[in-house]
Amino acid sequence: MSKPKIATTSMCGCFGCHMSILDIDERILDLIELVDFHKSPVDDIKEFTDRCAVGLIEGGVSNDENVHVLQSFRENCDMLIAVGGCAINGDIPSMRNKVPLRECLDEAYLHGPTVHNPDGLIPNDPEIPLLLDRVYPCNEVVKIDAFLPGCPPSADTIWTALVAVLNGEPLELPYELIKYD
Amino acid sequence: MSDTFTFTVDGVEVAAEPGQTILEAAQNAGIYIPRLCHRDGLEPAGACRVCTVMVDGRPQTACNFPASEGVVVDNETDQLLELRRDIIDMLFVEGNHWCMFCEKSGDCELQALAYRFGIAAPSFPFQFPADRQADLSHPDIWIDRDRCILCGRCVRASRDLDGKHVFDFVDRGPAKRIAVNAEARLRDTDADVTDEALEVCPVGALMKKGTGFDVPVGRRTYDWEPIGSEIEKRQTQE
Repeated sequence: MSKPKIATTSMCGCFGCHMSILDIDERILDLIELVDFHKSPVDDIKEFTDRCAVGLIEGGVSNDENVHVLQSFRENCDMLIAVGGCAINGDIPSMRNKVPLRECLDEAYLHGPTVHNPDGLIPNDPEIPLLLDRVYPCNEVVKIDAFLPGCPPSADTIWTALVAVLNGEPLELPYELIKYD
Repeated sequence: MSDTFTFTVDGVEVAAEPGQTILEAAQNAGIYIPRLCHRDGLEPAGACRVCTVMVDGRPQTACNFPASEGVVVDNETDQLLELRRDIIDMLFVEGNHWCMFCEKSGDCELQALAYRFGIAAPSFPFQFPADRQADLSHPDIWIDRDRCILCGRCVRASRDLDGKHVFDFVDRGPAKRIAVNAEARLRDTDADVTDEALEVCPVGALMKKGTGFDVPVGRRTYDWEPIGSEIEKRQTQE
């Protein structure tokens, strides 16, 4: 019988949660016994070709590419887990939600104190994902089945959650593993 | 002491004296009733509703409801836990609570209640209010209104303990916010870094400058034990 598959992605995040996944240390050998990694930055598989049991989502939704990635995860994964503060509430990237998008871009590309941009252009190449008006938590875009808070969630949090989910047990985090920082 | 009487909290008999609130009497007996706007030593306000208990079947705020002989108080019921969770959830989505860079994280009572209730993510959509202005004018103190939950502890502490009345609320409804007793800036008030008002802020809204992150992760107040466990330990020691 083939092993269940895990997919992971980092959207509007810093890859810190992926670092935390790797931070499970030698338990990653146990993890490999339990699952195969499918689409993930860990193995650089770009497209879904198989159904996945679990999708781990790092980062919030800040541009149109994030929306498409998140929707493809929802279509191809049985269970989606929002990993880390950004996926749950936008966290650091969502600080821009206090400022209108136009003002953010003006500050970054036109009026910031260290900006040198004589043409006065704001990047708008079609290849660049289009920014959304604000950063959205994942569960405002697709249904999310479970949340692992933390910035990042500790390796123990991720490990506890994965073991529970892969064994079909309820995901209940003990007190010391629920942290928002 | 001859006036001492008893009532029950979740079926446990609790002794109280006239004038005590339900929250005080329960706390003396080692029973923790969650609270946010209330703090020992301050006049109870009954503002946040987190301490709501059922008194003979009716919801009342334990922080300012007087204990009386023979009443039946329910504290840890599923219904009340859900209500308290929802209040904490709503406080989180109503403001901008970016815990990951907050100096108060680990010592924050709002965060600690969320931890105690096992909240992995709030169940309501985030509001991301854009109108919360910080006040960095004072050399030793700052106000971050993103984090303010309008509990009014600083208002009461400044008025009753410091005798200064530096803070009060202005406006109503969603526009309600904490304001200072000056034309505009905190530095123009007589607020001082030694004021009790700073000590009582449950969140990171009223902060001392230059002291952030001085306690490492793992040694902060709520890193290992839930808020309220210091009260519950009194019960087990007896």
